[in-house]
Amino acid sequence: MNQQAQEKLTIAGIDYQSRLIIGSGKYKDFQQNLAALEASGAEIITVAIRRVNMGQNSDEPNLLEVISPDKYTLLPNTAGCYNADDAVRTCRMARELLEGHKLVKLEVLGDQKTLYPNVTETLLAAETLVKDGFDVMVYTSDDPLIAKRLEEIGCVAVMPLGAPIGSGLGIRNPHNIRLILENAKVPIIVDAGVGTASDASIAMELGCDGVLMNTAIAEAKNPLLMASAMKKAVQSGREAFLAGRMPRRLYASASSPIDGTFF
Amino acid sequence: MNIVVNGKPQALEAQTNLQQLLENLQLGQGRIAIELNGEIVPRSLFQQTILQNDDSLEIVQAIGGG
Repeated sequence: MNQQAQEKLTIAGIDYQSRLIIGSGKYKDFQQNLAALEASGAEIITVAIRRVNMGQNSDEPNLLEVISPDKYTLLPNTAGCYNADDAVRTCRMARELLEGHKLVKLEVLGDQKTLYPNVTETLLAAETLVKDGFDVMVYTSDDPLIAKRLEEIGCVAVMPLGAPIGSGLGIRNPHNIRLILENAKVPIIVDAGVGTASDASIAMELGCDGVLMNTAIAEAKNPLLMASAMKKAVQSGREAFLAGRMPRRLYASASSPIDGTFF
Repeated sequence: MNIVVNGKPQALEAQTNLQQLLENLQLGQGRIAIELNGEIVPRSLFQQTILQNDDSLEIVQAIGGG
């Protein structure tokens, strides 16, 4: 890679080599999750905050014992929250659980079928969390005005969906992602919708700063191989973006010279 | 007396502190966070937090999620 392509992703003042963020849901077990994490090269991994199981399985391993907060940046999410209050509570619990950790992924959902974000509650929660000192990476719709508003509130990264969570439908509205990127001063990370490697490349070729995915790796027939594919897809998409693609033409343009033919 | 832990009723002796409850629940060493009646209790205060009748606790951990 040339120097330009090695340029780092900076979120809340911390530099990351990898532009891929992965989830920790839907894996067969923690070991498979850890192996996928290593294969993906990701340095940031999302986790959910849930009630402990009491009485039963109290000796089962804890996620944090397998995926070490010393080695990886954990990104606690507010998945499952349908209002701002629950999301704020979840972030405060996560901060306590992770000993003062400030980086969180805010997502406030609006509908169980589409898991589409509830944008009004997301805005409210973002304001509260930023005032409370959190570094907020925020999942939102692909509306350019809302993305800008979330940046103005003080979110450290804005993460529009490419398609509904877990759908694997790819980047359904690349034009909106482009519009968001045009005005952004914080990292824009496509969160949700990626189904396969080319989807991740498309997001990066649009100029996104990173991609966050869970199901595309966890539900692949071979999650480790897909994790490796995603690592390359994100890198190649980034390099292609930096390289600057050729213009699209309606007709052909010969690659071999016309001059000098002997026939 | 009775308290509620993660939505389930639990009988408890009077004057039990939070640390003792966690040990009873085999959660004494775990990486957890606790809300008592909606307020987070820092780990440093577990020992001195005496539970009261009708207290409601939420005990959470990190699990897999996207």
